[in-house]
Amino acid sequence: MRSIRARLFFILLVTTGLMWLSATLWIFFSTRAEVEQVLDARLMEAAKMVSSLVVNQEIDPDRPAQTKAKIPILDHPHYDRQLSCQIWSLDGTLIGKSESAPETTLSAHATGLSETVINGETWRVYAVENAELGVRVLVGDNLRIRDRLVNDVVKGLLFPALLIIPLLATLIWLSVGRGLAPLRKLAGDLAARDASDLHPIKETATPSEISPVLRALNGLFGRVAGARQREQNFIAFAAHELRTPLAGLKTQAQVALASNDAEIREKALGQIVAGVDRTGRLVRQLLDIASVEASETTRAAAEVNPGDMLVSLRNELLGHAGGAATVLVDPGLFHLRIRINPDLLRLAARNLMENALHHSPAGGTILCTLEKDDAAATIAIDDDGPGIPPEEMPHVTERFFRGRFKAAIGSGLGLSIAELALHHADAALELRNRAKGGLSARIVLPKDLIV
Amino acid sequence: MRVLIVEDDDILRDGLKVGLGLAGFTTDAVATRESAEAALAAGSFDAVVLDLMLPDGSGSDVLKKLRDARNDTPVLLLTARDTVADRVSGLDMGADDYLGKPFDLDEVAARLRALARRSAGRSTALIEWATIRLDPARQSVEKAGTPVRLSRREYSILHALMSQPGAIFSKATLEDKLYGWQEEVESNAVEVHIHHLRNKLGPGLIETVRGIGYRLGSDI
Repeated sequence: MRSIRARLFFILLVTTGLMWLSATLWIFFSTRAEVEQVLDARLMEAAKMVSSLVVNQEIDPDRPAQTKAKIPILDHPHYDRQLSCQIWSLDGTLIGKSESAPETTLSAHATGLSETVINGETWRVYAVENAELGVRVLVGDNLRIRDRLVNDVVKGLLFPALLIIPLLATLIWLSVGRGLAPLRKLAGDLAARDASDLHPIKETATPSEISPVLRALNGLFGRVAGARQREQNFIAFAAHELRTPLAGLKTQAQVALASNDAEIREKALGQIVAGVDRTGRLVRQLLDIASVEASETTRAAAEVNPGDMLVSLRNELLGHAGGAATVLVDPGLFHLRIRINPDLLRLAARNLMENALHHSPAGGTILCTLEKDDAAATIAIDDDGPGIPPEEMPHVTERFFRGRFKAAIGSGLGLSIAELALHHADAALELRNRAKGGLSARIVLPKDLIV
Repeated sequence: MRVLIVEDDDILRDGLKVGLGLAGFTTDAVATRESAEAALAAGSFDAVVLDLMLPDGSGSDVLKKLRDARNDTPVLLLTARDTVADRVSGLDMGADDYLGKPFDLDEVAARLRALARRSAGRSTALIEWATIRLDPARQSVEKAGTPVRLSRREYSILHALMSQPGAIFSKATLEDKLYGWQEEVESNAVEVHIHHLRNKLGPGLIETVRGIGYRLGSDI
C-alpha cells in the first residue's frame, strides 16, 4: 500500500474491528456463563419452592394427575413460560405439571442438575426428591430460551457496532488525513519552490516526526547552495581569466592591423602567439578542474611507480615549458609503489612541476625527493625560485590567485588543481618555503596508499 | 593626451600601450595597484584605463583613493564582469565609463577621447580655435579648411593647448603630455615643436608667456 493515509486507515480500522470483535466474544461468553449460573440458581430455587409447597400440602400428591395443579410461574412478556415444572410420584406417575412442561419426564436423574433432550429440544432440569411425601419435583428451562437471552444481549451490542463502524471509519479517514496535513503542506511548499530558492525551510511549528526529514532537506539545501555559490565564483573568475587574455589577443591583433611599422607588427604577432599558448594552457586547466570535480571515480586506483611518472613528466614538460632548469629525480622514488588513481597523481605532479619550472631561475635545479616516516611517504618537488611570501601562503591554493612572484604564463590555477586532484586521490598537498630559498611542494601519501 | 593604463595581464597591457600610442595617446602602463597609486600621485594624466582585478588588490580601491583625493581624472574601467550590476557599481564608485572585456581597441580610444572632451567641458568632438580646427578622433588639423600635416608630438602640444584655451602650460607640463616615463626627453624639444607649429599654422597662434610657459594666441 503506497499511501500512508490508506495504510493507517486500514490498520486502524482492522485493529478497531478486532478489538470490537474480541470484546463481543468476551461479552458473549461471560454473559452466557453468568446467565447459566443465575438461571441454574433460579431453577434450584424454584424446585425447592415447589417442593416446599408440596410439603405444606398446598399441592396434594394424591390428587389425580388430570386436574393438573396450576403452579404459579413468573411471567415475562418476551420470556414467557420460561420455567416448566413437573411433579412425579416416586413410583413414576405424573402428579402435576406446569402448562409449558412436556408430558414425558424432564429428567431421568433422581436429584441435581441434568440436561435432557425431549422432542429435539434441550432442557436444563433440576430435580428434588421428597422422600417424605414420595414425590420428585423437576423444574426445567428450555435451553433455546436461554440461548435467545444470551443472543439478545450480544445482538444488543452488535447492532450499534454495525451502525458505528462506518461512522468510525469516516472519522478515522478524516483524522488520519488531518494528521498528515503537515506533510501535505511541506510537499506543497516544496512543489511551489523556485529552482533557485535554496533557503532553508522554517522548522518552527513542524511536528517532531517531520523535523528529521526537514533537517535533512535543509542540510541538503545548504550543501547545494554552497556548491552553487562555488560554481558561480568559479564561473566569474573563469570569465575574467578567459576574457582578459582574449582582450589581449584582440588588442594585439588590432595593433598588428593598424601599424605600418614592421617592428611593431612583428612584436604584436609574437605577443599573440604567446597569448594563445597561455590561453590554451588556461583552457586545459579549466577542463582539468571540471573533469576532476565531475568524475571522482572514473578510473580506479592502480599501482604507480612515482619515479617513472616524474621522469616522463619531466621529458614532456622540458619539451615545451621551455624551462632552462634541470630536473633531478631521487632514485628512492623508483622503488616506491603506491596505489592511487594514476590520472589524478599525474595531474597534480604535472602542475607542481610546471610551477617549479616557471619559477626556477635559468640554470636552476628542481629536486624530486622522497621522504618516508611512519605515517606517510612524501614526494617533494623543490625549486630554487622565489618561494611564496608568508602572507600569500594561505591563499595560493585558491583558484585564480596569483601572487607577487607570478609566472608570466601562470593562471593562478596550478596549485589549486594539484590540491584538488590530490584531495580526490586521498592524498594531500603541503607547501613550504625551503630554508635556502625556493618552494618545496610536497605530495603527502598516507601509509595506506603505499604498497 | 597622456593616459595611464593599469592592467595586470602582460599581453593586454602591452597591446593597450602600443595600440593607444598608435591612436595618438601618450601612454604609461603599470600592472599593480601599488604602482598605479604611485603613478597617479606622481604624474598628471588626462585619463586612466583601469582594470578591476589586480594581483595586489582591486581597481575599485585605486578609484576610491583617487576620488577621495579629489582627483577628477576621467577613469575608464575595464573588466571581465560586465553584468548590469557590475557596471552600476563601477560607475557609482566614481568611474566615468565602463568597458567589458574583450573590447575593441578603437572603442577604447574613442571613449578616452570622449572622456577627455567632457572633462574639458566641451560637447562636440571637434576642437576649434579661430580658423584652426582639430579632430581628436582622426588626429587631423585643418587651417581655414585646408588640412595641415603635423607630427605626433606637434599634434599633442596643439591638442593640449586647444583643450584649455586661455590656460598657460609650462614647458614641464607639456613635456609630461608628450613623453611616457621610459621615453627620453630632449632638452629643447618643446621649443622646437612650438617653432614648427608656428611655422605651419601662423606665428601668432602660440604666445609665449615669459618665464611661465605658453598659451593660445588670438592673433593668427
